Amino acid sequence: MKKLLLGNEALAQGAIDTGISGVYAYPGTPSTEITEYIQNSKIAQELNIHSKWSVNEKTAMEAALGMSYAGKRVLTVMKHVGLNVAADVFMNMAVSGINGGLVVVVADDPSMHSSQNEQDSRNYGKFAMIPIFEPTNQQEAYDITTYAFYLSEQLALPIMIRMVTRLSHSRAAINIGKRNTQNTIKLSKNPHQFQLIPMHARNRYQHLVGIQSDIRENSENSYFNKFIEGPNTSMGIIAAGIAFNYLMENFENDSCPYPILKISQYPLPKRQVKKLFDKCKKILVLEDGAPFIEELIADYFDENKKVIGRLTGHLNRVGELNPDNIAEALGFERTFANKIPKIVTPRPPELCVGCAHRDLFDAINQLKTENTKQQVFGDIGCYALGSLPPYESINTLIDMGASITMAKGASDAGIHPSIAIIGDSTFTHSGMTGLLDAVIENTPITVIISDNSAVAMTGAQDSAASGRLINICKGIGVDKDHLKVITPLHKKLDENIDVIRNEINYKGVSIVISQRPCVQLSKEKKDQLKKLKQVAIN
Amino acid sequence: MKRNIILAGVGGQGILTIAAILDTATINSNLNIKQSEVHGMSQRGGAVQSHVRISDKEIFSDLIPEGKADIIISVEPMELLRYLPFLKKDGFLITDSNPFKNINNYPELEDLYKEIKMHKNSILIDAKEIAKEIGNSKATNIVLLGAAASLLPLSNDSLQNAIKTLFERKGERIINKNLEAYEKGKEIASVMAS
Repeated sequence: MKKLLLGNEALAQGAIDTGISGVYAYPGTPSTEITEYIQNSKIAQELNIHSKWSVNEKTAMEAALGMSYAGKRVLTVMKHVGLNVAADVFMNMAVSGINGGLVVVVADDPSMHSSQNEQDSRNYGKFAMIPIFEPTNQQEAYDITTYAFYLSEQLALPIMIRMVTRLSHSRAAINIGKRNTQNTIKLSKNPHQFQLIPMHARNRYQHLVGIQSDIRENSENSYFNKFIEGPNTSMGIIAAGIAFNYLMENFENDSCPYPILKISQYPLPKRQVKKLFDKCKKILVLEDGAPFIEELIADYFDENKKVIGRLTGHLNRVGELNPDNIAEALGFERTFANKIPKIVTPRPPELCVGCAHRDLFDAINQLKTENTKQQVFGDIGCYALGSLPPYESINTLIDMGASITMAKGASDAGIHPSIAIIGDSTFTHSGMTGLLDAVIENTPITVIISDNSAVAMTGAQDSAASGRLINICKGIGVDKDHLKVITPLHKKLDENIDVIRNEINYKGVSIVISQRPCVQLSKEKKDQLKKLKQVAIN
Repeated sequence: MKRNIILAGVGGQGILTIAAILDTATINSNLNIKQSEVHGMSQRGGAVQSHVRISDKEIFSDLIPEGKADIIISVEPMELLRYLPFLKKDGFLITDSNPFKNINNYPELEDLYKEIKMHKNSILIDAKEIAKEIGNSKATNIVLLGAAASLLPLSNDSLQNAIKTLFERKGERIINKNLEAYEKGKEIASVMAS
């Protein structure tokens, strides 16, 4: 059966067909559609596959490990910076190993289309010493996923699949295989496997180090790594994942004259790399993201510059690869290209018309005229667009949750007013713990939770904070006299400014919940939220 | 046979609907397709584009190389020009003439039109007005698809069927309005070409 699917959807379909019992994830571009596809899949619903969003990537990955502990197959999904949040469990579960097949999908964002950095998750996979897969196209996204679960159970290790934005968000028709049944509950035979106290952890770690040669051997013989012979050995090419497509695009009728080593599984197949290295005068390395392979094989001592790529300036060091920059690296001359006419101006993204964040920023900006020392610590979400004109309301934007903790540090340093602005979902993701730090010391900060009751930036998924924010803040220990709720509307501007002004003048922890649903939400959803709000007040 | 098409516009203007119609028509014609699209941050009033590649052979790259696009279809005149480096020497430009002004330094319309008309294969139409006349201003994108139809490697039937499939859930009336928008677009393009 042929089906037209996004790279992300092909991967999700692969996971369903391999018999997963659950997916655990927090939304983040470019990974979001993987989980959404499973949520919307009728078959997944019939099979009772767990697919509700988790509050963050760490809780997601830990729950996935729990499902694997029970012997079932499970997928956990995040974007590259999300893996930083889950890094604790990620590193440790490589040591404990898994029981039911566990696949970690990480979608990297070279060129930073909607991210703060373009870190390359292959580094994390290598760090944890587990196998990594990197699909070349939509069909491989499907095939690799189904295979990764088998390999995970065979090696009793978590497996990483690294996606990149371009493959995640591009469609093609793929062949779908037959569906497997889910595993039944079956516990590990080793009672100490998941007990990482030092005496057991040392054994487990020794085991992980001990099976590295098996892991490499599997990669040496991988169906997904291909050595393609070519007559012109003046250059050999290593092309990883989607870079292989951009390479082939430069040659009519698949007629690349150079030998190619296509890489879709790591650790690097040493023998195959050596074969290419011995055969060819130069080695061009094509990989999206960091110079991960290039660094490994060029190391410090490639004085003849036999290995070329991003480190040597033959390709752009940052940003995505594409058929054009690869053409240049191959030495092809650009034959024809129009320029963008000078009259074309940039059109950056902006907050939606009618968005509640707009009214909140109006209030914050007006207070800036009163408090020239005012600093606003921002966070990750739609409201990050408040750092752009016309608002320019936010001074920082580092990672999820950093608004509250950075405001605390700045306040400790003597900055006042020190204001944190954080979204409702980001607050439950990583803001709550930082708030506790501030509450313990009653640090003079004002936290504005811009509650639009959705994970709006990634497409308005359900927010775990909905209907719970007030109680969470009270529970963490915020003084109820300094816990205010406002409705960000133009007609209430003066009233809202008064509330925020009073709270920033208070020399302790204060919270203003600025509450109005995301304009992208359906009427049905908004009605649901109204009911939740009533429950919270009662 | 290979056709590279770039769809351009601003987030929310319906370029992914055009892409979806092309996807469906291509699959039903037993041809290969790759279609990349923009998700996430850029969608909010920012510039968006989709690369659609249709071929009877294997398609490798998800992105169209520079200078290899056969057609650029845009729902807004400035966004058309943003992707000019991708246009083939004898490639076609098709755009709606109505600007989407959500920035305060939007260029003079006359300058944009002049720039577009410098290209010999350019079709500049008031698709929005045509869609309004039909009674569905939302169908602006479909008028433009119609204007591009004769340049696509897809039959009239397959495109019409794809429109029917895509708007199926919205009922008979919406399907017919969109089919009408498609026909009008075709008509105008053929008048302009003759």
